[in-house]
Amino acid sequence: MALDDRKDTDFKFVGTRPDRPDGHDKVTGKARFGADAHAPGMLHGAIVRSPHAHARILRIDTTKAEALDGVKAVVTRADFAHGLSGEFGFVLENVMAGDKALYDGHAVAAIAASSALIARDAAKLVKVDYEILPHVTDVDAAMAESAPILNSSYADASVPEGLHPNVVRYHESGHGDVDAGFAKADLIIEDSFKTEATHQGYIEPHACLATLGSDGKGELWCTTQGHWIAQKTCAALVGIDTSQLRVTASEIGGGFGGKTTVFVEPVALALSRKANRPVKIVMNRSEVFRATGPTSSTSMDVKIGMTKDGTITAAQGTFRLQGGAFPGAPMEFSAMCAFAPYALDNVQQIGYDVISNRPKQAAYRAPGAPMASFAVESVIDELCKKLGLDPIEVRLKNASREGTKASYGPRFQRIGLVETLEAAKSHPHYSAPLKPGQGRGVSCGFWFNHGGETSVSLALSEDGTCQISVGTPDIGGSRASMALMAAEVLGIDYENFRVTVADTATLGYNDVSHGSRVTYASGLATIKAAKDAVNKLCKRAAAKWGIPEDAVYWEDGCAKPSGANAGNFDPIPLAEITKNMGSTGGPISGHFEATPEGAGVSFGTHIVDAEVDPETGKTAVVRYTVIQDAGKAIHPTYVEGQFQGGAAQGIGWALNEEYIYGEDGRLQNSIFLDYRVPVASDLPMIDTVIVEVPNPGHPYGVRGVGETGIVPPLAAIANAVSAAAGVRLRHLPMSPPRILRALKAQTRED
Amino acid sequence: MKIEVHLWSGLRTLTDGLEKVEVEASNTGELLDALAKDYPALVPVIEAGVSIAIDGRIIATGLMEPLRPDQEIYLMQRLKGG
Repeated sequence: MALDDRKDTDFKFVGTRPDRPDGHDKVTGKARFGADAHAPGMLHGAIVRSPHAHARILRIDTTKAEALDGVKAVVTRADFAHGLSGEFGFVLENVMAGDKALYDGHAVAAIAASSALIARDAAKLVKVDYEILPHVTDVDAAMAESAPILNSSYADASVPEGLHPNVVRYHESGHGDVDAGFAKADLIIEDSFKTEATHQGYIEPHACLATLGSDGKGELWCTTQGHWIAQKTCAALVGIDTSQLRVTASEIGGGFGGKTTVFVEPVALALSRKANRPVKIVMNRSEVFRATGPTSSTSMDVKIGMTKDGTITAAQGTFRLQGGAFPGAPMEFSAMCAFAPYALDNVQQIGYDVISNRPKQAAYRAPGAPMASFAVESVIDELCKKLGLDPIEVRLKNASREGTKASYGPRFQRIGLVETLEAAKSHPHYSAPLKPGQGRGVSCGFWFNHGGETSVSLALSEDGTCQISVGTPDIGGSRASMALMAAEVLGIDYENFRVTVADTATLGYNDVSHGSRVTYASGLATIKAAKDAVNKLCKRAAAKWGIPEDAVYWEDGCAKPSGANAGNFDPIPLAEITKNMGSTGGPISGHFEATPEGAGVSFGTHIVDAEVDPETGKTAVVRYTVIQDAGKAIHPTYVEGQFQGGAAQGIGWALNEEYIYGEDGRLQNSIFLDYRVPVASDLPMIDTVIVEVPNPGHPYGVRGVGETGIVPPLAAIANAVSAAAGVRLRHLPMSPPRILRALKAQTRED
Repeated sequence: MKIEVHLWSGLRTLTDGLEKVEVEASNTGELLDALAKDYPALVPVIEAGVSIAIDGRIIATGLMEPLRPDQEIYLMQRLKGG
């Protein structure tokens, strides 16, 4: 992707904070989410799920269910496509079990009935004969020699010989000589850490409405981060041509990576095909926890050497991630992100992708990075404490800069880590006095960001207003950002735009709203599409004036002659050109399709103050500051919201959230009463500082901001809690019982 | 033209112990084709998805990015996100 030739710094619209275009609908209840769709003759679906963590499916008897009045269709694995391999094969196996149920909650059959109640009753009448098999849910136990084997064919060629078949992928990277580096250190700390699986915790459960006829033509309405990937995956899973399935994305009540794949959508399509009626499926919260994609749990070892002046001489990390019953745990990202904030001569990182009897993990904001950062930044914090060094000064001393050879290989382009650290150092939070019982923690974090396939269309109306069609579901305020960027190019006010998330039949392919890519990639495409429209507007003005096209330029929403030689003409405003566009050459639109490859990486630094009650083990986060490089904040309020959201989710992940499995391999806490996400009263005001070090790969300098904000919190909070409690916490979440155990163990050691 | 490619160290078991290889290529697509031809054990890795960094700019999927011998080229695991 060629970089734009114009690097704007003097913006009229970009960087302002107008009202969000979706705000009114959302606060008045008019916005239509996944469960808000209805169709004439619609049926309701319910899914039969395995109560066992690992079991062979011997027989499924649906006779009684089918006999229930109101039941219109029953599907099992036989009703889906056959012979799929690779990721589609894994997704199908996850969506509907084949020979084996691989985790508690794994779907084994589904019902469509005339009411949701009848569907649920019918699901209870499906009789499944299981042969219960030994199970394993812990990552370390799954790697042990005695662990039950989930599937002996999943391991790929990267896995070294001699490892258990549950280890399905292996990553190793780094550079230099870590042994030589450790030999130069004045102090080496080696420690082990664990994090439990957490769920993205989106408030809106998965929901869809599907229609699929015997002619192979279908319609799907669903809550998703990417309706083109939903289209492609669902079409493959039900065995129809991709283009025959039209998918419309609803408004989305949170995704955070968890809605980048499909769960109920292909099931609803298969039921609809069998019943010849529209089928709606809405997951309940328990199903969301048991059968969608939480993040990986981890077990990690980190070793870092440092000299007395704070120079890191070597770093080594091993990151073991279980990703549920299928390959895909993001251990390579744990490994590659772990040490990325630091300029290291000697570094080695190893990752293991391990399968276990848990639901297939899904992406969760910066997949794999927060856990690795927790381990690495905890060890750095401990080194600083033992050597009596300031944690920000040490991070500044070792910080990656432009030209630094990254721990994962290439050299960094222009990056803003140092700027975030400098901002942290001078922030009043960092020098504010702490009260007794409080501790302060600091952490840096890194994420890559992503471009991806992107299509945008922009159509001008006769009255001079503008419609923009994008293909990336708006999960973080992208409609406002797109309108601001188009306003900047066209030179007309923000209020003149309506931005729509188009369906799969009305726009070219778009990658998922993931990888912090939307403001970067859809934004770049919107700018280019607007410029395409500007070129056409200038052409109309040139024709009117009878001068060459290149003698016209666009400024402040008007076509203007480029100089005295071009002629003495009054500027023509956009609305004047569009008023008669039908009779001066036809409608005026702008388009852009590409796969932008200039997404800039980003860094953040967080400061946290925490207070620990030594009697109850309860932690209160009393002050939190997020400092992150956004490249350029298009709509600063949304950027701040992303920063705050990352911190809020990080507080939950660090302090309370965890999947708890019983000895029987069943999930023990599959509702929000037992799986505790932070509520407003758990959170302090989260202060934000936007650092802007422009990304050279975007016309306005944008870097993605959606994911980096969740990388530092686990470590920053752990460092604050460890300081407050006086004991190093190595296992997340730092729930009250875990803190009390750590305090007791510390007392015994003393 | 000859392009030097840095691999992540976990791949050395698939490249006779090498972490840096030279292949004939003028763009990213040709580079992947050449790696697959010269080191067939890398085929499953390439098919699973890789990205390529050119002087620090990470090309997530593009096969048409031009290459020059003086550039620093790294093979990376395919980038994705949440």
